[in-house]
Amino acid sequence: MTPSSTPRFALVDIRGLHKSFGVTEVLKGIDLQVGRKEVVCIIGKSGSGKSTLLRCINGLETFERGSLAVDGQTLQHSDANAMRELRQQVGMIFQSFNLFPHLSAGRNVMLAPTLVKDLPKEEARTRAQALLERVGLGSLFDRMPDQLSGGQQQRVAIARALAMAPTVLLCDEITSALDPELVGEVLQVVEMLADEGMTLILVTHEMAFARKVSDRVVFMHQGLIHEAGTPDKIFNRPQTPELRQFLSALRD
Amino acid sequence: MVQFSLWDIFTFLLGALRWTVALSLIAFIGGGLVGMGLLLLRFSKLRAAATAVAWYVQIFQGTPLLMQLFLVYFGLALLGMDTSPLVSAAICLTLYASAYLTEIWRGCVNAIPKGQWEASTSLALNFTQQMRHVILPQALRVAIAPTVGFLVQIIKGTALASVIGFVELTKAGQMISNATYQPFLAYTFVGLLYFALCYPLSWWSQRLENRRLA
Repeated sequence: MTPSSTPRFALVDIRGLHKSFGVTEVLKGIDLQVGRKEVVCIIGKSGSGKSTLLRCINGLETFERGSLAVDGQTLQHSDANAMRELRQQVGMIFQSFNLFPHLSAGRNVMLAPTLVKDLPKEEARTRAQALLERVGLGSLFDRMPDQLSGGQQQRVAIARALAMAPTVLLCDEITSALDPELVGEVLQVVEMLADEGMTLILVTHEMAFARKVSDRVVFMHQGLIHEAGTPDKIFNRPQTPELRQFLSALRD
Repeated sequence: MVQFSLWDIFTFLLGALRWTVALSLIAFIGGGLVGMGLLLLRFSKLRAAATAVAWYVQIFQGTPLLMQLFLVYFGLALLGMDTSPLVSAAICLTLYASAYLTEIWRGCVNAIPKGQWEASTSLALNFTQQMRHVILPQALRVAIAPTVGFLVQIIKGTALASVIGFVELTKAGQMISNATYQPFLAYTFVGLLYFALCYPLSWWSQRLENRRLA
């Protein structure tokens, strides 16, 4: 595929990405373009490299070969300033929430805008309050993270990422650490973001959710994108035996 | 021959105790400031600086404090600096404390989960902001007990400053001992005063530790 045949400008443009941990090659040449407002779910067995790929996009992992650009900005690991510029564009939500335990929910949300964007305290507070309301936690501004349920913590983490007004949001198995009854409230928030046109790249094990929100589903296998397509194509008409096997193992 | 009453001995030693406290505070505060700087270097991306700090720590941990005092005292003289015992002792103990404190705090920073670094990194915070607003406030809670515990080590370490002629508690005890010919009495007083200074700190450190683990 030549660049000219790509109709839309790719917000996240990954080409020939290779990444090794020591002698183990985890990413063996990934090509992935994600358009603005697109919702892409990455599925696959653990160890297939999906989390690593996600972590490469905001520079939490370095890679050896290939290129990665977000909104036209090429990722350069050696340039700390350029990396911070990029990270303002790319929000990330983690499996283990990673809220700052010494700060209240509201202060978790306020911290980065006041430090990185020099937003005045009062404005940051107003915005944090609004963001917490958006994720359904408007009354919990002053709660400390350990006084919140897992689902609430993860929703604060989403608000915290949104506070930097990112153009793309990465979600790394964000419901895997949650009790089953708390998964819904978090996915609901993500769905709301998808509906509002946020560009989302999610690594997830929630297949029903992936089917519902995705524009495109990417199946990774052994460090490569093995199969990709619309949710309908991936879940209803899988082409490769590996994907069929992966899907049938989930149904058991 | 002049007779010394117990009260005379006690007040003389109490006067010298002030210098023990002063030297301890200088070493603790100075060592804390230097140690904090070293800690930041240790965790910065500057590889060479981090390695240098690691060696600095090893050198101070791997040699006796007594020898460090001699080296600083005579070394500064060699460099042509006109040093008093107080200045030498203060410099040496500050460096000594900085090495140990930076190592203690390194352990506390390492105890902070990696996710805290990743979350703050992904929010585009720079290294200084991460340290100041995310990592150190959490590490501080872990660090208080061992830091207070180390203050006790510093107080006892100041006794060695007596060998380069600085008159603190131990040196004063020596002088009393020489003047009264009652070394056991003199050093008993000295020991009691050290204990009176150190025990409350040890007790406090212990309590802080228990509260943290509770």
